[in-house]
Amino acid sequence: MAGKKQTTSIKPVDPYGIDFGTAFISGNVITKLSAVILGLGNILCKQLIRGLIYLALECAYIIFMLSFGIGAIKNLITLGTKTQVEVFNEAKQIYEYTVGDNSMLCLLYGVIIIFVTLLFIGILTSSVKSAYHSQKLKEAGKPLPRFIDDLGSLRHEKLHNTLLFFPIIGVICFTIIPLVFIILIAFTNYDQKHQPPGNLFDWVGFDNFTSMFKLGGVLSNTFWPVLQWTFIWAIFSTFSCFILGMLLAIVINREGTRYKGFWRFIFVLSIAVPQFVSLLTMSTFFNASGPMNVMLKSLGIISAGTTIPFLTNPLLAKITIICVNIWIGVPFTMLSTTGILNNIPKDLYEAAKVDGANVIVTFFKITLPYMLFIMTPALITAFVGNINNFNVIFLLTGGGPQSIDYYYAGKTDLLVTWLYKLTVTNKEYNIGAVIGIIIFVILATLSLITYRHTGSYKDEEAFQ
Amino acid sequence: MKNNMKPSGRTKKFISNSLVHIGLAIVGFIWILPIVFIILTSFRQEEGTYKSYIIPKVLTLANYKNLFATDGSLVFTKWFFNTLCVAAVSCILSAFFVLCVAYVFSRLRFRMRKKLMNIALILGMFPGFMSMIAVYYILKGLGFLEAGQLKLVALALVYSAGSGLGFYIAKGFFDTIPKTIDEAAYIDGATKWDVFTKITIPLSKPIIVNTLLTSFMAPWVDYIFAKVILGQDREYYTVAIGLWTMLQKEFIQYYYTTFFAGCIIISIPSVILFIFIQKFYVEGVSGAVKG
Repeated sequence: MAGKKQTTSIKPVDPYGIDFGTAFISGNVITKLSAVILGLGNILCKQLIRGLIYLALECAYIIFMLSFGIGAIKNLITLGTKTQVEVFNEAKQIYEYTVGDNSMLCLLYGVIIIFVTLLFIGILTSSVKSAYHSQKLKEAGKPLPRFIDDLGSLRHEKLHNTLLFFPIIGVICFTIIPLVFIILIAFTNYDQKHQPPGNLFDWVGFDNFTSMFKLGGVLSNTFWPVLQWTFIWAIFSTFSCFILGMLLAIVINREGTRYKGFWRFIFVLSIAVPQFVSLLTMSTFFNASGPMNVMLKSLGIISAGTTIPFLTNPLLAKITIICVNIWIGVPFTMLSTTGILNNIPKDLYEAAKVDGANVIVTFFKITLPYMLFIMTPALITAFVGNINNFNVIFLLTGGGPQSIDYYYAGKTDLLVTWLYKLTVTNKEYNIGAVIGIIIFVILATLSLITYRHTGSYKDEEAFQ
Repeated sequence: MKNNMKPSGRTKKFISNSLVHIGLAIVGFIWILPIVFIILTSFRQEEGTYKSYIIPKVLTLANYKNLFATDGSLVFTKWFFNTLCVAAVSCILSAFFVLCVAYVFSRLRFRMRKKLMNIALILGMFPGFMSMIAVYYILKGLGFLEAGQLKLVALALVYSAGSGLGFYIAKGFFDTIPKTIDEAAYIDGATKWDVFTKITIPLSKPIIVNTLLTSFMAPWVDYIFAKVILGQDREYYTVAIGLWTMLQKEFIQYYYTTFFAGCIIISIPSVILFIFIQKFYVEGVSGAVKG
């Protein structure tokens, strides 16, 4: 493996391997000046096009900042100062609104300016590095790459820049900027009472976090039970699906079972039905007057007047949700474990048979440890996925039954569905953002502990 | 004694086998029941919502006719084509993004590689729709929410823009393609771009199909983003929120059976696709070159 690694770095001098610090310190005056007048080093080395592109980018940035950026940064700090005011217009005899500042847009533009500035710093360092590279080549008397060569290198040495360009732009615009924006919201009082454009909101520091954790408050009275249920749900749903799915796969795979394909088909059929369809169906299925109660009545299990409140009694709703999740999840586990079960070396079982082990002993001593070893990463991903499992809860119960003890949450709400209710339906953006950050912290801790320990993270080139 | 051993073992086996089959039949029945219920209700003639029986008294195709009727406030055909367009655009874009990112992280070595991979890992841990409010305002600022068609374009962008972060499966697949193939090509003077387009991509059909299909299916089942971006514009709904609307208080009395007809129509293509791709799916996840 080590030998292969060396062969991949073919170029002896990799100009982009040097960091900005060394380039700036050990470069000559022109290189240093390239940090102020971008592209200077390249222009003086007759790499005109490259240098002029740097220079043009710098001019564009300066013009942009002067005309728009400085005001936006000022607004980011104050989040707007002019409130929208109602003024009576004598001539028209109506109330009119003066245009005030929109705190939300102030914050958004501020975040965008920060990212544009970061981008500019990136261009600046690259200009210095490029100047240093040209300087070194000139000193060594080697030919300087022309612009065409630069373009050509995008197909080979710098292919990663070409291929990553569009995906990274997409991720920055639609994931990173919104995330930074929403994280900043957690430190403001952007709630129902402070809705732009009518009202301004302002920075409040860590107030939202303290009210979330402070014992006795209505927020923390909601937060802790919801967090507890989130974990109970994640643990039960992950392990029930894993164990039952594996058992099903074992039963179908065992020697004596006939029509294996037919059994598999029956269970796989429920995967093929889109999840929201089966979930919405299930929510009607378990409705108070829905088919499940009807069936129980016609079988005589419950008397005619009564109904079982599958989705309206808090405890029963939780049990129903987990059962429905088993219905949805087991076929997936069955599919993925079938292949792995076939991979367990057959001689292990034969040896166990010779030693007189029965089915149960072989399951606990051979099958389960083997499966756990292989499936641990998948189990963790499933666990994380279940903490964020929006669809099952939202489409099945909508978080209900509602509770008056809770702040805009029902008894079966997970953190994510609560987040949805707070932001989308109730416009309590600051609290929603705080919950989002808490979810992130939980998931990050879980993933860091586990990913670091998996073999595929430590030794990803094992099979190349 | 010895003569008796064999038959008794056989009966034991027979009994346990029949028990297993009976058990499987019962469990299988539970799994099939909701699906049978969907199919039966979609053909039910009796209007209204819940009935005191399960098997419909009269079967009819009227629900399907009602589903494809072009009048009324809920127009399924429009939703279907909206979703189809969004799915087509976003699946091509996301497949492109995913393949590029996966290849870069699997095969190319550069300074920021490990850092970028860690950033992707961290970004993946935020709940997806946490940033939705900000995305909504960014789209509004860019003027994407002015007209219905533009909203659909915006939706396709939202589905595909962040897809580069989901490169793990494809990267795992590229990791299993032997590097010696690439090195042989370099010796023949190929650039890395040539290797990517002429060697890796053709070798990766299973994972391409897998990526295309998973991203094609997403808009059909996504509910949250579509709901936030499309708002109250029923004409431009996608299938998922459209069907959800049918079960809301103001529509459920009239549209209950139609909802199930819609579910059947949506499920048929995905069942066919699923049976068709099952092979690709298994191959795609387990690698190109088997050891």
